[in-house]
Amino acid sequence: MSDTAIDEKNVNIRFAGDSGDGMQLMGSLFTDSTAISGNDIFNLTDFPAEIRAPAGTIPGVSGYQLRFADHKIQTPGDNTQVLVAMNPAALKANIQNLVSGGILIYNSDSFTARDLKKAKYLENPLETAELLQYRLFGIPMTELTLQAVKNLELTQSAAKKCKNMLALGIIIWLFSKPVKPIEKWIADKFVKQPLSAEANTLALQAGYSYAEVSELFTEQYTVAHANLTHGHYRKVTGNQALALGCVAAAQLANLPLLFSGYPITPASTVLHDLSQYKNYNVKTFQAEDEISAMCATIGAAYGGSLAATITSGPGLDLKSEALGLAIMTELPMVIIVVQRAGPATGMPTKNEQTDLLAALYGRHGESPLPVLAANKPHDCFYSVLEAFRVAIKYMTPVILLSDGYLATGADAWHLPEIKDLPDLAPIFLTKAEDFTPYQRDPISLARPWVKPGTPGLEHRIGGIEKENGSGNISYDPDNHQQMVDLRKNKIDGVLADLPLPEILGKDQGDVLVISWGSTLGAVATAVEQLQTEGAAISAMHLQYLYPLHNGIKFIAKSFKYILIPELNTGQLWKLLRMEFLLDAVPYNKVTGQPFTVTELVAAMRELLAECEKTYDKHQPLR
Amino acid sequence: MTKTKLTRQDFTSDQEVRWCPGCGDYAILANMQRVMPELGIPKENIVFVSGIGCASRFPYYMDTYGFHTIHGRAPAVATGLKLSRPELSVWIVTGDGDGLSIGANHLIHLLRRNLDVNVLLFNNRIYGLTKGQYSPTSEVGKITKSTPNGSIDRPIDAVSLALASQATFVARCFDVDAAGLQSLIKAANQHNGTSFIEIYQNCNVFNDKAFAHISDRDVRADKTVWLEAGKPLLFGNNNDKGLVRDANGFSVIDVKSAADLQKVYVHEPRHGDSSYAFQLSQLSYPDFPVPMGILRQVEQPTYENCLQEQVDASIKKNGQGDLQTLLNSGTVWEM
Repeated sequence: MSDTAIDEKNVNIRFAGDSGDGMQLMGSLFTDSTAISGNDIFNLTDFPAEIRAPAGTIPGVSGYQLRFADHKIQTPGDNTQVLVAMNPAALKANIQNLVSGGILIYNSDSFTARDLKKAKYLENPLETAELLQYRLFGIPMTELTLQAVKNLELTQSAAKKCKNMLALGIIIWLFSKPVKPIEKWIADKFVKQPLSAEANTLALQAGYSYAEVSELFTEQYTVAHANLTHGHYRKVTGNQALALGCVAAAQLANLPLLFSGYPITPASTVLHDLSQYKNYNVKTFQAEDEISAMCATIGAAYGGSLAATITSGPGLDLKSEALGLAIMTELPMVIIVVQRAGPATGMPTKNEQTDLLAALYGRHGESPLPVLAANKPHDCFYSVLEAFRVAIKYMTPVILLSDGYLATGADAWHLPEIKDLPDLAPIFLTKAEDFTPYQRDPISLARPWVKPGTPGLEHRIGGIEKENGSGNISYDPDNHQQMVDLRKNKIDGVLADLPLPEILGKDQGDVLVISWGSTLGAVATAVEQLQTEGAAISAMHLQYLYPLHNGIKFIAKSFKYILIPELNTGQLWKLLRMEFLLDAVPYNKVTGQPFTVTELVAAMRELLAECEKTYDKHQPLR
Repeated sequence: MTKTKLTRQDFTSDQEVRWCPGCGDYAILANMQRVMPELGIPKENIVFVSGIGCASRFPYYMDTYGFHTIHGRAPAVATGLKLSRPELSVWIVTGDGDGLSIGANHLIHLLRRNLDVNVLLFNNRIYGLTKGQYSPTSEVGKITKSTPNGSIDRPIDAVSLALASQATFVARCFDVDAAGLQSLIKAANQHNGTSFIEIYQNCNVFNDKAFAHISDRDVRADKTVWLEAGKPLLFGNNNDKGLVRDANGFSVIDVKSAADLQKVYVHEPRHGDSSYAFQLSQLSYPDFPVPMGILRQVEQPTYENCLQEQVDASIKKNGQGDLQTLLNSGTVWEM
């Protein structure tokens, strides 16, 4: 291999086309073939916000980004080395991320004057200087597809639909991947539509042969298999992992699941997935609004089911009053918040970490609850299990934060053995002498979980302040003080189960990067890169945002500077300053896009450079 | 634990009842406690769920399971509970503010889904717990603390709303009508689906005698009509008046002969077409007697049964789900 743009250790490819061009399917099949051949993978999808934006326009562009590598990777990559553009709009929307010297493969049949106009190109970019820095491969994909399937009884439009398979065939050849698994997928998928199966297979093979014999490409690339832990793997998006986590938690708790939700981007697909898992004793409830979904979750928890709901920022706002009821009645449930860019409607398909403080403090009264955040697509699965573990043990609602980046991003998941997963089975109180609903476990401070239907334990609960123990309505001043303290102490007590957050690198040095949520991959990659250069930098990623581990402040003392990168205006930064008087440097971005490794490395370098200068701990950097 | 024969005392909790002396809620509570033993349901299987307001204190006084939730949300909490535990007997207690204002949306959706739960809506046409503001059922021109110049919103009729929401059991009663209320509670319990009972309830502190013009003993027979399935719509002191129904709707006639009686419409709550019940619900004082009793009662599948059927069908088709198989579904590869 001679060129510099393509690094055979690590390729980042992006498929872009009209939302009807089948880019997601093409990307997903290519991902499978890279994964099967042993690469580590990370992918991101980029759907249009509009349901049916006009074909050929920029708002109608659908993208699928895949990074595959011969080593473990944690991000979808900062920029693209290979762009497959099915039309001018797809080119225009994605070209800025293609590295200089990168490969641009485009459908030359779709660069007519009409296509260019729809993409608002004044001049044909293929005829201007703007694409000179790339290696261009124009392929008449539409024509080749029509030729490949010409002997089949297909309409023109049905025939054209196979051009994603033609493009896939080309890419499969270019990266020396096997065709067989894709042929098998087509056969399985179209088992009842033999004509479609044949057409897609022909297009796939035609693309492969074209790439092989046309001599358009002078070389093929091979990304060797990655040395990952032995075992079975699958690709999983964050939202898929959330749904699987809910099913797993119910099975591990030996309880039926009631999952309630109101459709909201980017959370809805979890409700879709779970509605297909009914044979796992899963019931799903699409409520009339966010409030109802939250209240139904409370009702189900009260009834003794494993109860969860899912939403995004706007829905969290609406759920907040009922969350207070869940806290007051001390019932176990999980509220998953897949964050998106806000405020108000904001940018529903774009990513932010801006609901942290809303999750912690967005309720009236003293209303603490545990808040944790998932950090990788596959980690969403384990985070759900952890959230339910805490919810059940401490009899409390738990908020689990995810975000749009994790929701649609996918990574390779080393599948667990069920026997290695935690036992979540709760203990229901069924008999008691002198039972009271707010008697407490002396260690966890949890009150008992009593299912209605239990003879002899009839009792009333509700949102009015309780008398400690009896649970009767109480307006007594000292009792309220005691109950507020008890509820807080109970949640703080969750810390007893939590290890000190792991440190990536040495436990002292120049810079400690503290992060949370979906930025883990980019932060860890950046820190590891600087560590290999010899920088005295370490990272600590927080799973729990509430309660916060006391150890954080002691670890922080062993570093000259603390850097807190977040996709908000400094919410964890404020929190750590408030809780621990931590004098940290915030690094923030709210563009709706995830951090790139490049920008994180630059921010870290800047702070490392400060350490080189005369260092005075008492002179804050900003 | 469950005694063979329960008594009213078994349903009385140890909590001191804290409604204002003279409140209509006392009568409703007493009737409920009196009827409950007759329903034959073990009391541990009964759950009262309420929202916020005077009426919503109800669960504290019943020695069953009880959940006093937040304003307007009792139907939503009850929905989650019923989906989780279809075998429980669930009773929602709400008021005109709780159920028709802040929580009206949940009420509509509960009714259209037809979960097998019972709703008791105490309508006193005023906000009592917040000390006397007009409610969504207050008459136009109501002078209250928040409407010193008279309220300008038109009131909503709870029964009409329930019918429009496709409720399968819709009834109305007075707090002071013990026999009527007890019969409706029993009928609601029997009904398989959401049973909605509006109870005209007197708030003697903030809206005293709101229903006296139709409920007082000396006018009740004349100003209301008690609906009984299969019986003609007769009212008046000696059943000497009747409701006739034609293409123009209802009209009142004097019933003096067998021929007159023939003309009187026979009540049929099981009418498949809800327009009859809706027409009934629109009859109002002073031109018409106010209908009391069961306006509509039809059988429809319940939501929780339909959902359970989907679960059962899925298990039948796919087998009881195996977690390892689920996790390993899709493209799985070995490293």
